[in-house]
Amino acid sequence: MTPGKLTLRGGQAWSGRLHRNQHLAITDVEGRACVSALFYNARDPLERYNMADTLKAQFTAFLTAGRVLYSDMGRVLCSIVADGCGWHDTLSGIGDAAASRAHFGDGTYQQLRNERHRNGRDNLLVELGKHGLGKRDLVANLNFFVRIGVDDDGALRFIAGNSRPGATVDLRFEMDTLVVLSNTPHPLDPAPGYGPPGIELAISDGPAAGPDDACRLSRPENGRGFALTAAYVQETSGAERTR
Amino acid sequence: MTNRLVTSDLDPAQADLDVTLPAGEGWTHPLGPGDFFRIVDLEGNQAVDTLFFNSRDLDERYSANETIRAQRNIYLTTGTGLLSSEGRPMLTIVADTCGRHDTLGGACSAESNQVRYDLDKKHMHNCRDSFLLALARHGHGMSKRDLPSNINFFMNVPVTPAGALTFEDGVSGPGRYVEMRAEMDVLVLISNCPQLNNPCNAYDPTPVRLLIWRKS
Repeated sequence: MTPGKLTLRGGQAWSGRLHRNQHLAITDVEGRACVSALFYNARDPLERYNMADTLKAQFTAFLTAGRVLYSDMGRVLCSIVADGCGWHDTLSGIGDAAASRAHFGDGTYQQLRNERHRNGRDNLLVELGKHGLGKRDLVANLNFFVRIGVDDDGALRFIAGNSRPGATVDLRFEMDTLVVLSNTPHPLDPAPGYGPPGIELAISDGPAAGPDDACRLSRPENGRGFALTAAYVQETSGAERTR
Repeated sequence: MTNRLVTSDLDPAQADLDVTLPAGEGWTHPLGPGDFFRIVDLEGNQAVDTLFFNSRDLDERYSANETIRAQRNIYLTTGTGLLSSEGRPMLTIVADTCGRHDTLGGACSAESNQVRYDLDKKHMHNCRDSFLLALARHGHGMSKRDLPSNINFFMNVPVTPAGALTFEDGVSGPGRYVEMRAEMDVLVLISNCPQLNNPCNAYDPTPVRLLIWRKS
């Protein structure tokens, strides 16, 4: 992507290809956003973000600064290099049209034109379709700025007030990655009335992660993940040179 | 959710299918609506990685997200509706003598073993390889694209309120079982886990028994 800034309205979806070493900073302008996200290898989208491998490698159920997002091939798609929020949900998935109707009422295009109630699942399917992907590619997603608590007995609770106005999460891409986002209400958020807030995206270029990078060093697993990623990047850039 | 330990009245001697799946093997099998399917952890602490597909529309498959969000709990046990990617019930857990099952830990793979344990572990047998071979044998062009987050029956992956996630020694034991009723035409995909690097199989993967009682 060309470096720059853009705003996503409440309910809007987005997709773009981030190059290795580019950053995507997502800002929760009002402090109550839910930005549902999926990540694919831009060269080979059969390789994609894997929730379980991301959590197992880092012994965590949520994401924040210092942690990385793993693909299903043992490679690091991106690293969370800074986080003004502190907790991003990995467990609870996205809402669909039925959940939106049950919570907010119909909200159809026929009634509301472009103020219609858009939902996470349909938004992701639309963006995936632009890249030749579809339902089979709709794997477990991330929800930026959302915290779902897990009690000792396994019960899930939506924790309000997790984010704050202006909170930014900064992702650095370790390989060329297709990012798909939906700025839509979380299905467990009890807030009444359909009104997802706008968010801001900023894309910038940056240097590669150094040997002392905090995400690389945060766990021995991540050191191995970065090594596997570097080998892949070298292999695929070599293939490009001989093409 | 408190553990809902519930036994079943179904008699294994009356089962329409009764097979033993050795550790490290994959398996596919169809179920029809109303069929009962039981997995028995014969020797205890054996993870059974499992996925379900709608056999009439393979694009519809088990969804961990939909399942845990619908019941607002991360652990699966008696009463859990196993939901599809379309939010529809595929199967219902009707009996469980183990108490809880995981759906966050996913399946081990050659590549994730390299990350989690050592770059030299790529040769070790893993669930994704068993899944892929079983899907290849089943046909219909299914591949890694068709391997979303799965269920790990008998596996214990606790999450703490502070957000830590660990693999713990199993809560299962010899002879414990989980039994489901199919709510639609379902293709079952199983990898009887060969993982030797963590306690999910008590470092000694063992066989499981699979039983089906047909509705008619």
